[in-house]
Parts: sequence; C-alpha cells; structure tokens
Amino acid sequence: MKQSLLGLENLTAEQINNILSHASEMKKVVLSDNKKITNLQGKTVVNLFYENSTRTRTSFELAAKYMGANAANITSSGSSVEKGETLIDTAETLNAMGTDILVMRHSMSGAPNVIEPLVDASVINAGDGMHEHPTQALLDMLTMIEHKGHIEGLKVAIIGDVYHSRVVRSNIYGLKKLGAEVTLGGPATLMAKDIDKMGVKTFNNVQEAIIDADVVMALRIQLERQKKGLFPSIREYFKFFGIDESRLKLAKPDAIVMHPGPVNRGVELSSTVIDGDRSVITQQVTSGVAVRMAVMDMLINGGF
Amino acid sequence: MKLLIKNGHVIDPANGIDEVTDVYINNGEIAEIGKNDDLAGVEMQIIDADGKIVAPGLVDMHVHLREPGQEYKETIETGTLAAVYGGVTSVACMPNTEPVCDNETVVRFIKERAKETGYANVFPVGAVSKGLEGKFLAEIGDMVFSGAVAITDDGHPVENAALMRRAMQYSDMFDITVISHCEDMSLGEGDMNEGAVASELGLRGISPSAEEVMASRDILLAENLGCRVHIAHISTKGTVELVRQAKKRGVKVTCETCPHYFSLTDEACRGYNTNAKMNPPLRTAEDVLAIKEGLKDGTIDCIVTDHAPHHPDEKQCEFGYAKNGIVGLETSLGLGIKNLVNEGYLTMNQLIEKMSKNPSEILGIAKGTLSVGRSADIVIFDPESEWTVDTSKLHSKSKNSPFDGFRLYGKPEYVIVNGNIVINSGELMK
Ligand SMILES: [Zn+2]
Repeated sequence: MKQSLLGLENLTAEQINNILSHASEMKKVVLSDNKKITNLQGKTVVNLFYENSTRTRTSFELAAKYMGANAANITSSGSSVEKGETLIDTAETLNAMGTDILVMRHSMSGAPNVIEPLVDASVINAGDGMHEHPTQALLDMLTMIEHKGHIEGLKVAIIGDVYHSRVVRSNIYGLKKLGAEVTLGGPATLMAKDIDKMGVKTFNNVQEAIIDADVVMALRIQLERQKKGLFPSIREYFKFFGIDESRLKLAKPDAIVMHPGPVNRGVELSSTVIDGDRSVITQQVTSGVAVRMAVMDMLINGGF
Repeated sequence: MKLLIKNGHVIDPANGIDEVTDVYINNGEIAEIGKNDDLAGVEMQIIDADGKIVAPGLVDMHVHLREPGQEYKETIETGTLAAVYGGVTSVACMPNTEPVCDNETVVRFIKERAKETGYANVFPVGAVSKGLEGKFLAEIGDMVFSGAVAITDDGHPVENAALMRRAMQYSDMFDITVISHCEDMSLGEGDMNEGAVASELGLRGISPSAEEVMASRDILLAENLGCRVHIAHISTKGTVELVRQAKKRGVKVTCETCPHYFSLTDEACRGYNTNAKMNPPLRTAEDVLAIKEGLKDGTIDCIVTDHAPHHPDEKQCEFGYAKNGIVGLETSLGLGIKNLVNEGYLTMNQLIEKMSKNPSEILGIAKGTLSVGRSADIVIFDPESEWTVDTSKLHSKSKNSPFDGFRLYGKPEYVIVNGNIVINSGELMK
C-alpha cells in the first residue's frame, strides 16, 4: 500500500515527529561536503508544476538528486483545462512513464486529492491553491525546533494574507498537533471566515497577534491582491500589517522571524528585520531540502 | 382506456381531498373521485393502491433538460425519463440551452421534441434577455404565445436592475412570472459557501449576501411595480426572512427551494466532493433549519430540483474547475418525505402541495390537481417503503448526485401521464 503526503491534516503527531527527526539526519547530508546517499537509487521523481515556483521545484529536485533518484520536471503554465488535458489524462501518462514519486504543485485547492487515487506513484503535495503546503510547514517546524528545541508550548504568530495562504493552513495543522499555540494577524479582507474553528486566535490588530510570540512568521503578499482591491496600497499594508523593529519588540526577546519566501522587502517585513540577527529565513531554505529528502525517503522506504 | 385506482390514500390539496378512496380515469381524464358502485361490472384496468398515496403527478418548475445543444449531458428524452421515475409528470425547463431559448422558434422546438420523445409534460421557460446576455429583452410576448410559461435568465442573474424592472412590467402584460436567479456577481465569485469548511479546504467562499442582496432588490422592484416575482432556489436563512417579510407586506413574491438545501450542508464539500458543488452553494446547518421552517410556515411555496446534469469529465476534476449543479429528479420526492414529512416539518398533504399544486399555479398551467376533467397525471407511492439511492442506476444521462447510498422513502410505484401508465410497479412500461 503506497503512502502519500497530501497535507498535514491527516498525519498524527507521531508521524510528524518521525518526519522531523529523520529530516534532522538528512540536514547533516545537506550540510556535508559529499551530498550523495543512495536511498532513492533507481527511483524516479517527477515534479509536476502547474504553477511556476523555481524555489520549491529546485528544492525537491535537489532533494531527489542527493538521494540518487532520477528527477524530471514537467512545468505547465496555465491550467490543465486550458491545455485540454485533464488530471485523469495526466495521471495515465505518469503511470505509463513509471513514476515512483509525484511532486505536484497546482493552483487549485484539492487538485492532488483528485490525482492521488489515480496514480501508482506516491504523491507529495507541493502546494495546492489555498489549501495545504505540507513540506513548507514541516520545514518551518524543523527550523523552529533547531532554534527553540521543541514545538510544544511555543506561541507562533502568523501575519499576513491568511485567506489565500496554503502555508498557514499546513502550519496550523502541524503546530496544533505538536502542541503550539497559533495566532493569526492580518487585514479583515485577507482573513478567512471562521478559521478560528481550526483552533487558532485571529486578530486584525497585528500588535495583539505578536505579543509574547516565540516565532513571528510573515506570509507572502501577492502584490496583485492589491489590484483586486483587497487592501488599499502596499504603503498602507506595511504601515498597519508589516513587521518592523518596533513591532517585533512586542514578541519575546529571543523570538525568531520566519517567511516562506520570496520576501517583498518593505512590505511583509522591513529590510532591517529581514537582515537582522533574529531572521532565520535562509535556514528555512536549507531545512526545506532536508525535509523533502526525509519525506521522499520515508514514502519509498517504509512510511512515516 | 378505463382505469380505476382502488383504495389508495388520495391526496389532492387543490380540492381538499385527503382520504382513502378511488380514482376513476376515463379517456385520459380524471372522471371521478370517490367510491362508485355503478362501476362494478365495467371492464377496466385496476390498480390496487391499498396502503399507498395517490397524488397529482409532481410538477418540477426548475429543470435543465440541456436540449438543444448539450445533448451529451441530457436530452428531453432522458431528462423526462428521469422525471417519471421520480414521480414528476410535468417539468418546466430552463432556457440556458444552445441556442438559448429566447425566441419562439426554440420554444416550439422544445415542445415538438417533447411531444416526439418525452415521457412527461414539458413546459419551456423563456429567457428574460436575448442570449441571456442581460442587455435587451427577449421576445417575451412571442414566446408566451408559442407556449413559454415563465421567463428567467437562470444560470445567470439579471445584473441590470432596470432590465429586471422592465422584464417584470413587460411579462405582467402577458400574465406570466419572472423567475429570478438571485446572485450579485460581484459577491458571487467563489467555489462554495463562505465559512469554516471553505476556510479549511482553502476554497473561495460565497457569502450569503450574494443571494440576499439581489433577492432584496427584486422584491423591492416587484413591490414598487405591483408585479409578480418568483425567487429561484433559495438557499439562505436571510433570503427566507426577506421573502417572509415581503409576503407580510403583500408583495406578490413567491419562491422555491431545492431538496439539497434542506438535506445537506457545506460539510458535504469535504474531500473536494464536486457532486456537492452547486450554485447557490450548500450552506450551513442554521440555513438548512431556516429553509425547513420557511417551508413549514408557507414562506417557501415550492420544492424544485434545479436538475442540472453534467458529464463526468465536468465533475471528475479540480473542485474549482468543476461545473455547478446536480441531478435531482429521481430523489426529490424521497428527500422530501425523509427530511420534511418524517421530521414533522410538513404533512404529506403539504409536501404534495409544494411539489404539484403550488408550482402549477405560479406557472399558470392546468396541472397539479386531480380535478375532474383534467388530464390524468398521477403518482402512486408507498411512503413507508425504504429504498437506497444508487446513482449509477439513475435514468438521467448524467449521474452527478451527492445522494449515492442515501436511504430514502417512497419510490414511485405507478406514474400516470395524461392517462397512460408510464411507470408500472416501479418500472418503465414497454
Ligand atoms: Zn439558477
């Protein structure tokens, strides 16, 4: 029976911990001079990206290659519907090509749920619409553990475009399962209705969300949201919802600052915060490769 | 042909009949209701309806038959076949066909095809605007004279308030009703109901305001003009209350809801179940309760299916790309019995009224009653016999229903259309 990773919603705390501890081992490989292990020797990883994301795709590709897998990329700009090929057709093609792991990024929530039952490969959701981005949340948690030693009891403030963010949903599932407290902050027009039912507190006043936080995570703002009228201007966004030095003072003195990248400087975070000593944004990138190695290894060799 | 339906529990809300008696049909018409000893010895076919309900054939005033133009989803033949299996003997079909039913020719084509291939009576509904584009009035008078029974741009709202106002004024001259699909498009962009489930699934939420804003607009337009308006497929608590208050003020507003709005909530979308995707979207438990209360106190006049067949390719895909709508003709009576009658919101008499008499009156068609002299459209069912929905066995060309595996009551055993037995012991007469 194959296993897949479509989201953190359906993983247990134990499974998440297993992935995170394996990822710490993998991080040693990533940081070593000889990045070559054989755990995925002879396996094929296909990166199927319906949305352009060079960062995430490269991270998965390197993770596969460090473990000896063959990696191929299928990048499809525009939707499958525009192309005239349905997910069902795509699944049949992938089966015929002998894919072991399918890494999928798609602009529509739930797209991996459609394809997963149709393919022989294990599926890793590399971000589906506004739904989940499980490896991002796992790499965030790995980074938190590296700095704080644990997740349980941490207060994590996530600030920004909650409505459109798959990063926030995966982090809520993961962090809550491991015992963290999560607060969300952002403008009312970018908040998701009744998301507090997922066990989080929401604030429109960013200061309130940040108070006493151990971790302050800013979410990326797609600048085209402003054109759609969801907030008045970039300038005003930063003024009320951006994280600068003075707002960061409300968090715990040793709080770390995270961002899933790429950052809009002077929008979600001020440049001094991004370049300051509390920012762990570049370490998140390294953790990303390690987490993706761990997930792929476990999917092929024994499960979570 | 002479036919006697014996000893059934006859329910005919239009004539105040709710008792165990006989129905005698002669030459395709209802000839008599009551026990008549004079009939002894007359040679005729007899249906023993002991323990069963005998009611006017159901009238569904909101159905998409897809012909002409989208025969890969449904045809007049398959759609009306599904109808009779569901006890529905008359359907009003929506004009969003290809070409759009916005002129006399298409109205006549639909009526002709129904005569040739249909199992049930088909009443075309014409478009409000040419091409459903919301710009210019369609030739409403011509359509009425060729057989259209109402007008609507269903599938789309009439966004321009002035056009809607003129449609009400103009159709009032021809004594037909404007059916309004209420959806403020600037608020309607989304995949499912706005709320906790959408937020969890990461799907774009549609606020109840999308429906309510336009429902209030159309109620106010009708009130100001003194014209009629019929609000289609009500899904929210707020719209029920808007109609309730409007009726109290004497506005000539009627409305309908669909079985899915009193049977399911937005929880059904979990797992990205595209068979739970429709427009308006499934709402919350609070809305479901309000819909049931609205049916109970008479605010909601009719139950319609909004039968919307779609090909599997249009549903087995990303939720956001999936088409809106579900098939419903074969499950509407069963859902009504299970969720309204058995739960005490409606009596069987009231359910029948909302599924036959009321829609007929709104459309002004001579259906929905067992009055003597009327052509005999009848459904006979046992409200206590349980059956299980198997969507693969539905008779509609499309199988997009969220009710697979549901246990319902009262599958029609006999269905009579214009005096002919079409469904006999639950199966199509050859
Ligand atoms: Zn509609």
